[in-house]
Amino acid sequence: MQLQNTYEQSTHSSVIASAYGLTKSFVGKKALENIDLEIKSGQVLAVLGANGAGKTTLINILLGRLSADSGDVSVFGVKAGSLQAKRQAGAMLQVANLPETLKIKEHIQLFQSYYPNPMNYQQVITYAGLQHMQNRYSKKLSGGEKQRLLFALSICGNPKLLFLDEPSVGMDVEARQGLWQAIRDLRAAGTGIVLTTHYLEEADNLADDIVLLKQGKIIRRGSSDEIKASIGHTTIRFTSNEKSETFEQLPAVIAVQPSGRFIQLQTENVNQTLLALLYSYPHLQDLTVSSADLEEAFLQLIGSGE
Amino acid sequence: MKNLNQTVPSEQNMISTQNNNNPQSMNNSETMNIMRILNIYRLESKFEWLKSIRNPAFALPAILFPALFYTFFGVLMNQHNPQAATYLLCTYGTFGVIGPALFSFGAGLAVERGQGWLDIKDASPMPASAQIVSRLLVSMMFSVMVLASLGLVAFTLTDVSLSLAEVAALSTILVFGGLPFCLLGLTLGLLLKAESAPAVVNLVYLPMSFLSGLWIPITMLPNFLQSFAEFLPPYHLAQLGLKVVGLDTGGSVGKHLAILTLFSAVFFVLAIMAFNKKSER
Repeated sequence: MQLQNTYEQSTHSSVIASAYGLTKSFVGKKALENIDLEIKSGQVLAVLGANGAGKTTLINILLGRLSADSGDVSVFGVKAGSLQAKRQAGAMLQVANLPETLKIKEHIQLFQSYYPNPMNYQQVITYAGLQHMQNRYSKKLSGGEKQRLLFALSICGNPKLLFLDEPSVGMDVEARQGLWQAIRDLRAAGTGIVLTTHYLEEADNLADDIVLLKQGKIIRRGSSDEIKASIGHTTIRFTSNEKSETFEQLPAVIAVQPSGRFIQLQTENVNQTLLALLYSYPHLQDLTVSSADLEEAFLQLIGSGE
Repeated sequence: MKNLNQTVPSEQNMISTQNNNNPQSMNNSETMNIMRILNIYRLESKFEWLKSIRNPAFALPAILFPALFYTFFGVLMNQHNPQAATYLLCTYGTFGVIGPALFSFGAGLAVERGQGWLDIKDASPMPASAQIVSRLLVSMMFSVMVLASLGLVAFTLTDVSLSLAEVAALSTILVFGGLPFCLLGLTLGLLLKAESAPAVVNLVYLPMSFLSGLWIPITMLPNFLQSFAEFLPPYHLAQLGLKVVGLDTGGSVGKHLAILTLFSAVFFVLAIMAFNKKSER
């Protein structure tokens, strides 16, 4: 089902922004190295990685706020950061504070004026879940409410391309669910969305495509299921008289390790492996199947420790 | 939702739309653009104004300090000398218009930059000029309010008598005289760190005002300080104001204007350099 969906969507969507061979260094330190990615309309691309992996740098380059050392960056077929690109895009960046003495509705009115075809005010308010605090000064907002206001400002221009840099930081569970719903609605309406996060759960819930960034390099890419399959293998454990090497031939097996009197198989596809395993070796004993803790595997993968 | 449903233009689409637009409706779309930009200026200024006037830490000192100082030095410590009261009205007026210019641009900009707020604006299609225009207009509005409060004190508590023409000339000179200080503020705002900006702006503002003879008449300062004041822009602005009431030290209008213009040009260039340095990173 999942694959079917992804396939159908991708036939309707076109590439609206892309980066090929993107490299960027700051005073000798590589921030991004040879990044290739495409952002499609009506899809969410999640950029996952630990702090300092290069997520924000990547967004700033796609926004034209930083220039790449080398590589091709194109947004709507024009230069990133050009007026034409800016008018069709929206950005929610990490901001410590907003001017405190303006009301939510004033912030939104002002940002609407920047765009040729702004989103309807009520619609902005509804998407961001700010209906009940339109007259509140930004001084009086909690961290999560500020994030919601920043999200509102990012969609004021009816963006076809939306950048969300760690949007759910500081949000409680309810607010996060609201944000996720808004992101899904915008995607369904055709907006291409780039989402950076260090929560696997967030990417898993929202993303059509995920790239895993570590120290400026893409170390994994694919759909949520592919990423999960590649980082969280299922383990099949049993006892057998056969030598452990014999099991390496089984389909979808990635690794075989003897473990005490047990033999452990890591598999990408439990069904395939199990089917073949039981067909060829029906006399196995003590068979158990368990999946690795996904979040843990993910954290290990993106963690800064080599 | 409906608005979002437009199909996303591919590269070719966008180019062809442009081509269609250009030949027929060039004038229309240009007028549209200008109207749009003016509208942005209007809203940006309106909200910049609301933002500033609602912030007591900015608005109260900006408007009340000059009037308060004038009440001390021009009214209470001055024994009903109308000439001294008139002189100090001009210099405290100068002091009063420099404040909002330096703080709105210098401290205000540095703080918003430090918060990352300007990054959001930078990523939006807001023209960078809107930031400047709005702060410029707001500084001028504050100048008008400073001058009104000073005028209120002067005309009710002292024997200052100015003709309507003199009031108009003095106000115009001082309100537009804030411009060079906006540019100085802009440079500071782009260079300073948010935490230190208010302190540094005060360190520029207060000594510069004193040394330019804005607090006590320049002729009461030691000779070497009087010569030094020639290098300070507030001195020249104050002299232009004092010329209206015939109390200046005798420099020519052209010289004062030239020096203020030169000063503006220098800080305009420095501001552009600071801006480019910031965007390179």
